[in-house]
Amino acid sequence: MQDLILIEAGRRERHYWLDLWRYRELFRVLAWRDLSVRYKQTVIGVLWALIRPLLTMLVFTVIFGQIARLPSDGTAPYPLMVLAGILPWTFFSTGLSEASNSLINNANLISKVYFPRLIVPTATVVVALVDFLISFSILVLMMAWYQFLPSWQILVLPIFVLLAFFASVGPALWITALNVKYRDFRYVIPFIVQFGLYVSPVGFSSSVVPEQWRLLYSLNPMVGVIDGFRWCILGGQSGLYAPGLAMSIGVTAFFLWFGIRRFRAMEKSFADLI
Amino acid sequence: MPDAVITVENLSKSYVLGHRTGEWVRYNHTLRDMIAREARNFTRKAIDVFRGRQVVQGDEVEEFWALKNVSFEVTKGEVVGIIGRNGAGKSTLLKILSRITEPTEGRVMVRGRVASLLEVGTGFHPELTGRENIYLNGAILGMTQREIRNKFDEIVAFAEVERFLDTPVKRYSSGMYVRLAFAVAAHLEPEILVVDEVLAVGDHEFQKKCLGKMHDVASREGRTVLLVSHNLASISELATRAVLLNAGAVEVDGDVTRAISTYLSHGARSAIYERSAEQKHKGPHVSRVEVVTSNANGIHSFGEPLEVKFCIKNADLISRGCFSFQIVNQFQHPVLHAWALYPKVRIRTEEGETETVLVCKFPSLRLNVGQFYLRTYLTEPPGGENYEQLDGICPFEVVRTDEVMLWGWHPEACSYHERWEWMIYHTKTLDNSGTRLGEPNARLHHQRQVHLI
Repeated sequence: MQDLILIEAGRRERHYWLDLWRYRELFRVLAWRDLSVRYKQTVIGVLWALIRPLLTMLVFTVIFGQIARLPSDGTAPYPLMVLAGILPWTFFSTGLSEASNSLINNANLISKVYFPRLIVPTATVVVALVDFLISFSILVLMMAWYQFLPSWQILVLPIFVLLAFFASVGPALWITALNVKYRDFRYVIPFIVQFGLYVSPVGFSSSVVPEQWRLLYSLNPMVGVIDGFRWCILGGQSGLYAPGLAMSIGVTAFFLWFGIRRFRAMEKSFADLI
Repeated sequence: MPDAVITVENLSKSYVLGHRTGEWVRYNHTLRDMIAREARNFTRKAIDVFRGRQVVQGDEVEEFWALKNVSFEVTKGEVVGIIGRNGAGKSTLLKILSRITEPTEGRVMVRGRVASLLEVGTGFHPELTGRENIYLNGAILGMTQREIRNKFDEIVAFAEVERFLDTPVKRYSSGMYVRLAFAVAAHLEPEILVVDEVLAVGDHEFQKKCLGKMHDVASREGRTVLLVSHNLASISELATRAVLLNAGAVEVDGDVTRAISTYLSHGARSAIYERSAEQKHKGPHVSRVEVVTSNANGIHSFGEPLEVKFCIKNADLISRGCFSFQIVNQFQHPVLHAWALYPKVRIRTEEGETETVLVCKFPSLRLNVGQFYLRTYLTEPPGGENYEQLDGICPFEVVRTDEVMLWGWHPEACSYHERWEWMIYHTKTLDNSGTRLGEPNARLHHQRQVHLI
């Protein structure tokens, strides 16, 4: 049975998700391309993935821990607590900003070849995920340094990594699609990322937020992710605020649904607009 | 039709274009006008954003139909050439067929796996090595990793880049780059292959190899090929059927010769350069150039007379004035230089004259086939002012329809065909001197031009 493709105006692809699966190899190849190109012609190469979170950790520990004297979670050392927030945040923010520009950066592909466009931004986030995994080794070293043993909660960590992944993919899909049409969004993203660093509990523990505002604060999906990370890594030293986590998951799910929907609605016109 | 693999029904595609209005270009404006205009445009853009429409730069927005009610069918195993002038909708059609863009109206049914080759080396990454790019490009064109692995050696051999496999492609020469890119594409095994103008690159030997490969693909392996090309020779060589598009509609669908001859005979018989009103030039300059070709759409038949007209504006500012131009071939080599120099020619205009028009006539243009363009020089004699130089204007094509060449006509073969006469002797005793040969057994003159159309 030969496959029959029907090309028509405004037609919704029936086999959209099947098609996506068929193109999984392209997905893999694109992610691999971005990865292997990432540190080409640099001297210290992949060390860049380690230096950035390490320096941020130092700065935040000094500013929030030493100067502002904010409390850590339980008895956990302040640098560890900060690092447990920086890692998911860096993953989220690089994923979001690179995926948001991904369609434009791959304009030559979009205008010359057909493939499910969803591949491009998601492959970019996967690249950020690999960077995250590399920088995770710092955390392991730091924990060894402080002789801080994680407990069973660490086993739940992959779930929060997944949550961070979706938290960055959802908005990224929406923004990258808008970016094709209105290039204004290229300037919006760095701003959101910079702003987000301070409104998310990266340099401080979310326990410093007054109780009555916690739920509202959790509208920021990264609050749930970072809290979850700390809960897993610091082994329960930081309590998990359940309603807040539910809220963050809800917001992430909404953005994911909304992002995919908007992306698919605009997908067919990408080649004409880019 | 039972074995139609592509069915196109009433296909239309529109684009939105932005214009700057004509009057805006001509006059000088106050700051207030400028602000008012920008404000108006900004409001329009804001409304567009609000309605979720595309943002268009310019004062006026116009809808443009790149394709209008195009219908045709392609059966299995056919090689269909699509020809037409620039902007006739060829590339848009291919983009719709390869699902890159969506039609505005109408529909297409495609049975089978389509691979489209709209560009050579799509997605090649300069930082990656040749080996890595083969895998990357293959995946982008829709091959599986296993397919690529199986054909890897064949691809490398075809591209002749064995020694440089582990060099980043940014260090490749452009020839190697193109060869590698085409080699990957040539090893695609789709049921339907859609190709846009990719044979315009690469050296002659390689082009022949590619043409041969495409021939194999089409005839021996029974695959369907859709081919867009400006190279009429390759269309007539490969295609079994041709579709001529004109302004977004099908003008001829069927016989290749008929489509080509219609293409050659309809439309303006010239290639024109015109300085747009926006680009103001206060000094002496060439405002318009027209190459009058023997056939329509800037196509010139070998051996026919060619006329080139130049309009020179602000020529009153010229003191002595020399004008010359070159005809440059597709390899960027000037093949012909013609001049009109001071003091034999007066380019300067005097009281009451507005412009100087120079017309250059070649009674029989004997350039070899290929793409050509003009390069002009408007200067003072050596040491003096250099007024204007234009490059890459008035592209036109020379074709030979008068005689069939066994190996086909190729731009690389030479740049010029001289008239010749052969004298053929059939002697019994070999005599090398040639002086005592007497009357030849036969004579062959260069054939007189016979026009197809």
